[in-house]
Amino acid sequence: MKKTVITVVGKDTVGIIAKICTYLAGNNINILDISQTIVQDFFNMMMIVDVSQSQKRFDEISAELEQVGSEIGVDIKAQHEDIFNMMHRI
Amino acid sequence: MININEVIETNKMIEQENLDVRTITLGISLLDCAGPDISEVNKRIYDKITRVAKDLVSTGNKIQKEFGIPIVNKRISVTPISLVGASACKTIDDYVSIAKTLDEAAKEVGVNFIGGYSALVSKAMTESDELLIRSIPKAMESTERVCSSVNVGSTKTGIDMNAVKLMGQIILETAELTKEADSIGCAKLVVFCNAPDDNPFMAGAFHGITEGDAVINVGVSGPGVVKRALESVRGADFETLCETIKKTAFKITRVGQLVAREASKLLGIPFGIVDLSLAPTPAVGDSVAEILEEIGLEYAGAPGTTAALALLNDQVKKGGVMASSYVGGLSGAFIPVSEDQGMIRAVEVGALTLEKLEAMTCVCSVGLDMIAVPGDTKATTISGIIADEMAIGMINQKTTAVRIIPVKGKGLGDSVEFGGLLGYSPIMKVNNFSCDDFINRGGRIPAPIHSFKN
Repeated sequence: MKKTVITVVGKDTVGIIAKICTYLAGNNINILDISQTIVQDFFNMMMIVDVSQSQKRFDEISAELEQVGSEIGVDIKAQHEDIFNMMHRI
Repeated sequence: MININEVIETNKMIEQENLDVRTITLGISLLDCAGPDISEVNKRIYDKITRVAKDLVSTGNKIQKEFGIPIVNKRISVTPISLVGASACKTIDDYVSIAKTLDEAAKEVGVNFIGGYSALVSKAMTESDELLIRSIPKAMESTERVCSSVNVGSTKTGIDMNAVKLMGQIILETAELTKEADSIGCAKLVVFCNAPDDNPFMAGAFHGITEGDAVINVGVSGPGVVKRALESVRGADFETLCETIKKTAFKITRVGQLVAREASKLLGIPFGIVDLSLAPTPAVGDSVAEILEEIGLEYAGAPGTTAALALLNDQVKKGGVMASSYVGGLSGAFIPVSEDQGMIRAVEVGALTLEKLEAMTCVCSVGLDMIAVPGDTKATTISGIIADEMAIGMINQKTTAVRIIPVKGKGLGDSVEFGGLLGYSPIMKVNNFSCDDFINRGGRIPAPIHSFKN
């Protein structure tokens, strides 16, 4: 299973997590882990998800998440977890 | 499992500190395209490049999307054309026709540069080598994406001074033929000593004859990331400084390793090397000179610059070597002038001269790079500058290079705009005392002794 990291950065507002989770549930994407923090007044959230059960291709999911983000006014990025593992784990 | 702070750190490097993979370069052997008939050779070259590289750009874009890391360039390097064309090319125009074929193939597959319009003449030139070198000005004039390089010396063979002399004239001719575009042809022409076979960076990339049929080489970058990391250790001692550079270089290189492995897998082409280079761009915050400033210099070029660059170069290698299974290419810090905001600033205020740059090239990864000089500089003077730089490489067993642009119609006080990644530069002062008699001697400088190192 290839895990994907979704990051959300932006101004805190009502319903960010709800909207994103609705999208993920609708596309059969399972959430494995969520953590969030506030850095310099900015809302930072990271989700580790499993996209392997989704019918959609990675680039579609990535583009649609970006779209969801722009509706809420936050930046949403989806990346394969390998880039973080490579950089931070030996 | 990965934690949120690590994710934030990585994405900050990408979004705010210009971390990117500078290039995925696909090396393609064209040795099997050689033959006696020039039109057949051209056809084979076009067919092979467009076949092997057809998915290069789309694969690069796919990896960029999946990992969220920009892959700035997708490029191709080929076997030195003086070998491929040796049998078929009887005239300069024959060689230029191959340059045009390379250009068309590059456009067809969508890469922005193709390197390997090259000759390896570290001891002497064959007829074919010399013909290719003489065709360079016309090839640079009539193509857009072709890059050319000539290796004129090595630690094992010495320096071919006939080729050095010829290259002075060729650079001036190239400048003249491309004068409408600020002599930009010279920005795509490099003279080397000890050129590596697996360099993924332009303009000096070619696919060496020691390589396999096709190979993926990746060049990483990230001067901005190193600069930002060093901001957090201001005033600390050299141990702390060096440790910080090493750790950062490790992280940057890991990304290159990941991208190289992924590209190799998706394209079904073997992974060659990761080139651990700090390659600046004209973008603000993507500068090697700014790292030198952060280390403690007012401007690049101030006393202490050579030492600072030496430690930077060494720590980048030490950090990067463990991060990748195969390291190669040029691996180190590049110090081009026009492609680095901090270097440009240093030249403008008078802190950085050609002579200081030459000293810096003793400890950096390449050489005199992207230096604009007055258009009326003599051919022998350019040859003299090349000879000096080649001697540094030959004696110190390192790669050195010269990419110098005598900008036609411009002199001291002017500046020149190359555009894009090539940047802009003030015209630099050249020492114009004559070296005519030295260059006109002809012949070659013998290989150096490898003992009694003092």
